[in-house]
Amino acid sequence: MSRVVLVTGGSRGIGLACARAFEAQGDRVAITYRNKPVDDLFSLRCDQTNGDEVDAAFGAIEDRWGPVEVLVANAGITNDTLLLRMGEDAWREVIDTNLTGAYRVAKRAAAKMVRARAGRLVFVSSVNAVMGAPGQANYAASKAGLIGLARALAKELGSRNITSNVVMPGFIRTDMTAALPVEWQQMAVDGVPLGRAGEPEDVAGVVTFLASPAAAYITGAVVPVDGGFGMGH
Amino acid sequence: MDNEAAFETFKNCTVEVLQVAPEQVTLDARFGEDLDADSLDLVELVMALEEAFDITVPEEELEGIETVEQAFKLVTGKLA
Repeated sequence: MSRVVLVTGGSRGIGLACARAFEAQGDRVAITYRNKPVDDLFSLRCDQTNGDEVDAAFGAIEDRWGPVEVLVANAGITNDTLLLRMGEDAWREVIDTNLTGAYRVAKRAAAKMVRARAGRLVFVSSVNAVMGAPGQANYAASKAGLIGLARALAKELGSRNITSNVVMPGFIRTDMTAALPVEWQQMAVDGVPLGRAGEPEDVAGVVTFLASPAAAYITGAVVPVDGGFGMGH
Repeated sequence: MDNEAAFETFKNCTVEVLQVAPEQVTLDARFGEDLDADSLDLVELVMALEEAFDITVPEEELEGIETVEQAFKLVTGKLA
C-alpha cells in the first residue's frame, strides 16, 4: 500500500510506533510533533490547539503527496491533578488539545476524504475513558469525548466510504506512563490479565489493522488494547 | 461575471459534486427529490460553490434552500 498517512503526535510513544508500522507496509507517513521532529519521517511542527497550524500541516502534506487518506488522531497530553485542585486552565488545556484538537484534524482531513469518497479515521483514546482514573478528570473526559466524536463521524461519513474507529490503549510503556510513580506503574500492571504493560507496537498493530482493507466493514468501533484490563470495555 | 457565466460555473459545481447530468441542473430542480442529494452532498456543494465563487455562505442562510434557483440566487446575491 502506498497511502498518505498522517499520525498526529507521531514523534514518540504510540504515535511513533504507528508511524513506523505504516512506513513498514509501504505507506507515505507524515507526523506532527510539538517538541522534537523525527529525522527520517516527514515531520511537521503543529500545535493542534491552533487551527491555522493544523491547516498549514495538512497543506504541507498535500503539496508533497496529496490529501491525507489515513488519519491517526493520536496527539494528546496529560495534566493530572485531583478534581478539587484542578483549575479551569488545566481542564481546558487538556480538552482543547486532546478532544478539540482531534476535532480540528478530523475536520480538516474529512473535507478531502469526502471528496475522495474514501478515508480512514482512527482516534487514539484511552482505557481511562471508560474506566476512569483518579487525577485524570480532564484526560478521561477528553478521551471519552473521542468516542462520541468518532461515532458521530462514523454515521456522518459512512456513506462516503470513510470509516471512523477508536483504539483504547491500556497501560502502555511510553514516556507518558514512565512519568508515573513506580508503585502506580506496578499497580497498573497488576490489574492486567496478560501480566505485562503493553508496548506501543501492540497498539500500532491494531491501528494499522483498522486502516487496512481487512477492516473495511468496521466503523464506529472501540477496540481496547489493554491486555484484558477492561475485559473488552 | 454575467448571470449566464455564473450559472455555468454553478452548474459545473453541481454536476461535479452531486454526480448528475448537466441537463438535470435546471432552475426548478429540487436538490433532495430531483438531484438525489443528501445533507452531506449539500454541504459539499456549498463548499465547492464558496471556492468557485470566492464567497462565504453562513450556515443560517442555507435554511429553506431547496431548489437550484434558490441556491443560485443566494450565490449571485453574494457576488454583487
